[in-house]
Amino acid sequence: MTETEVFMQQVIYGLSNGMIIAMVALGYTMVYGIVELINFAHGDVFTLGGFLALTIVGALGAAAVLDPGTLGEGSHWLLLFGLVIGAGLFCGGLNVAIDRIVYKPLRRAPKLTQLVAAIGVSFILVNLALFWGGAPMEVFGGGNAAAASKDFPELLEGSNLLGEESNVVLRLEDLAIFIVTIPLMVGLTLFVKKTRLGRGMRATAQNPIAAKLMGIDTDRVIAATFMIGGFLGGAASVMWSVYNNTISFQMGFRAGMDAFTAAVLGGIGSLPGAMIGGVLIGLIRAMSDQYIETRWTNVVVFGVLILILVFRPSGLLGLKQREKV
Amino acid sequence: MSIATGRGFSLFSRGQLAVLALLAATPLIDLAFPSLQLSAPMRTVVTSAIMALGLNIVVGWTGLLNLGIAAFAAIGAYAFGILTCEIYPFQVGFWWGVVLAGAFGAFGGWLLGAPTLRLRGDYLAIVTLGFGEIVQDGLKNLEAITKGTQGINPLPAPSLGGMPFSGETPVRWFYVYLAFLAVIVFLCRNLEFSRLGRQWFAVREDELAARCMAIEPDKAKLKAFAIGAALAAIAGALGASLLSSTGEPANYDFQVSILALCIVIVGGIGSITGILVGAIVMVGLNNVVLPIATQAMQRAGIGSTGNVLSSPDNYKYLIFGLALVLMMRYRPDGIVHSRKAVRK
Repeated sequence: MTETEVFMQQVIYGLSNGMIIAMVALGYTMVYGIVELINFAHGDVFTLGGFLALTIVGALGAAAVLDPGTLGEGSHWLLLFGLVIGAGLFCGGLNVAIDRIVYKPLRRAPKLTQLVAAIGVSFILVNLALFWGGAPMEVFGGGNAAAASKDFPELLEGSNLLGEESNVVLRLEDLAIFIVTIPLMVGLTLFVKKTRLGRGMRATAQNPIAAKLMGIDTDRVIAATFMIGGFLGGAASVMWSVYNNTISFQMGFRAGMDAFTAAVLGGIGSLPGAMIGGVLIGLIRAMSDQYIETRWTNVVVFGVLILILVFRPSGLLGLKQREKV
Repeated sequence: MSIATGRGFSLFSRGQLAVLALLAATPLIDLAFPSLQLSAPMRTVVTSAIMALGLNIVVGWTGLLNLGIAAFAAIGAYAFGILTCEIYPFQVGFWWGVVLAGAFGAFGGWLLGAPTLRLRGDYLAIVTLGFGEIVQDGLKNLEAITKGTQGINPLPAPSLGGMPFSGETPVRWFYVYLAFLAVIVFLCRNLEFSRLGRQWFAVREDELAARCMAIEPDKAKLKAFAIGAALAAIAGALGASLLSSTGEPANYDFQVSILALCIVIVGGIGSITGILVGAIVMVGLNNVVLPIATQAMQRAGIGSTGNVLSSPDNYKYLIFGLALVLMMRYRPDGIVHSRKAVRK
C-alpha cells in the first residue's frame, strides 16, 4: 500500500466511525441545549440499544433471516432498518422514562446535583446491561459469561466495493452507515428548522421561561428532545454493533466520552456542531490509530477534550456566552 | 484529650471521636467472630475514608465536582511504588514513601487544576474525568517505568520499631492505618475552620461575593485541589502497601472515583463525621457484605455460579447508581448533615 492509500483508508474508517459518534453526540448536545444537563447516562442508553439489537437478531435467528429464500434479496437491509427503528424507539422511550423519573424532579436543583444523579443512572444502566448479557440465549453465549464481550453477527456481506484489486477497502458496512445516518441527520435538521415542535425546541433552548410564556408546552418539548436524542443514540448503537461486530456492557462509556468530546468540540447545544465534531473525532481517532499508536488514541481524544474546554469552551460553532451571575 | 464544642483548637468533634472509636473497636468483633476476618477489609475502609476526605475538600467544601480522584490515588500509589520498590534505586522506605506520595499527589492536583479551574462546574467535572482516563492509560502505556499491567511489586509494609507487619498481623496493620486516618481527620477538622476553610465555603456559596471580600477564588480552589489530591495520593500509597503492589492501572478506574463520590454523598457532603460513616457503609457493603453474601450463597449452593443474577457481587453498579440517584432525590445533604452546608 502506498502512503496515499493508507491515508485514504484511515479517512474511510474515520468518516464511518465519525458518523456514528456524531449521532450519539447529537443526543448529548440536544439535551444540553434544552435543559443544560450533561446526560451522563446517554452512553449507556446507547449500550442497551446494542443489546436489544443482538437480542432481536438472536430471537429471529440471524441465519434464517439472512437466507435470501425467506425474504428475498434485500432481507439483510430489511433487518438492518428494522433494528435501527426498533433500537431507536427503545432507546428514545428509555431516555424519556429516565427524564421523567430522575431528571424532572431535579430540574430546579443545582447543576451538580443533576449531574451526580445522571452518573447514578449511568451506573444503574451499566448493571442492567451486565444482567442482560447473562440472558440465556445462544447469542449471549448461553448466559454463562455475562461480563464478556458478545459477538454481533455479520449482517452485511464484506466484499470490497472499490473492486477486489483496490488496496483501499470500502465495505458495505461503511456505506450502510452513511445510508442510515445521513437521512436521519437531514431529517433532524428539517424537523428542528421547519416544524412547530422544532421551533418550540429552539425557543426553549434560548429561554425556557419566555418560551413557556409564549404558550409553548416546554414539558412536551423536553420529552420530545429526550425521545429524539435517544432515538439517534439507539440507531447509532445498531450501526456501531454491525460495524464492529462486538458489543459489551461497558461500551457506552468510551462511546459516550467520544461523543461528548465531539459535542463539546462542535460547540455544545449546536446541532451542526455535533455533526462536524463527531466526524472530526472519528478522523482524529483513525489518524491517531495509524500515525501515533492505537493504545494512545484514548489519551489523544481526552487530550483534545481538555484542550478545547480550556482554550475554547464554546467549541467551533458554539456562541460565546457569559455565564449568568 | 480535649473535645471540641466550638471553634478554635480541637482534636476531634464528638461525632468524629465516636466513629473513630467504633472503627478502633472492630478488631474486637474479630475476636468474637473469627470467621469474619474483618480487620483485613477494614483497612480498605480506612484508605477509602482518607480518599473520600480528600474528595470532600474539593466537592464538599469548595463545591467543585471532581470525577477523577482515583487518578490521584494512582499517582500516589505509583509514586510510592517507584520510591520504595527494590527494583528502583530510591528505596526510601514506607514512611517517606507515603509522605512523598502525598507531595506528588499535590503536585498532580496543582498541574491539573492550574489551567482548568476557571471552567464551569459541569465542564470541570468532565475534564477531571478525562484526566482520570489519561492517567490510567498513561500508566498502562509507559511500561518502561510503570511495568504496565503487571504493576510495581513487591512494596514495603509499614515498619514500626522492629515489629513485623504481614498478612498474619492484620490487626496491627489496621491500627497503623487508623492512626493515619485519625491524624488526617484532625488536620481536616482544623482546616475546616481555618482561614482557608472559610475561604472555600465562601467560594462555594458565591464566587462573586467571595471576590468582593478580597478572596481570590482561583487560588483557594487550587489549594483545595492540591490538598484533596494529596490526601487521595496518601490513600493510594497506603492501599498499594496493603497489596504489596500498585496493581494494574485499571484498579484506579472511574468506578473507584465514583465509590469515593458515593462515600462523600451518602455519608454527608461537607461533614467529616458523615464521610467516616459513609466509608463504613459503602466500603463495608462493597468489600465486606457482598463477598460474605457471595460466599454464603455459594456454600448454601443457591444458584449456579454461571448465572449473573445469583452473584451479589454483580449488583455493585446497581447499588452505587441507586445510592447516587436516591440520595440526590431525597436527601442531597447525606446521612449526616453538615452544619455548614447551605442549600441553594
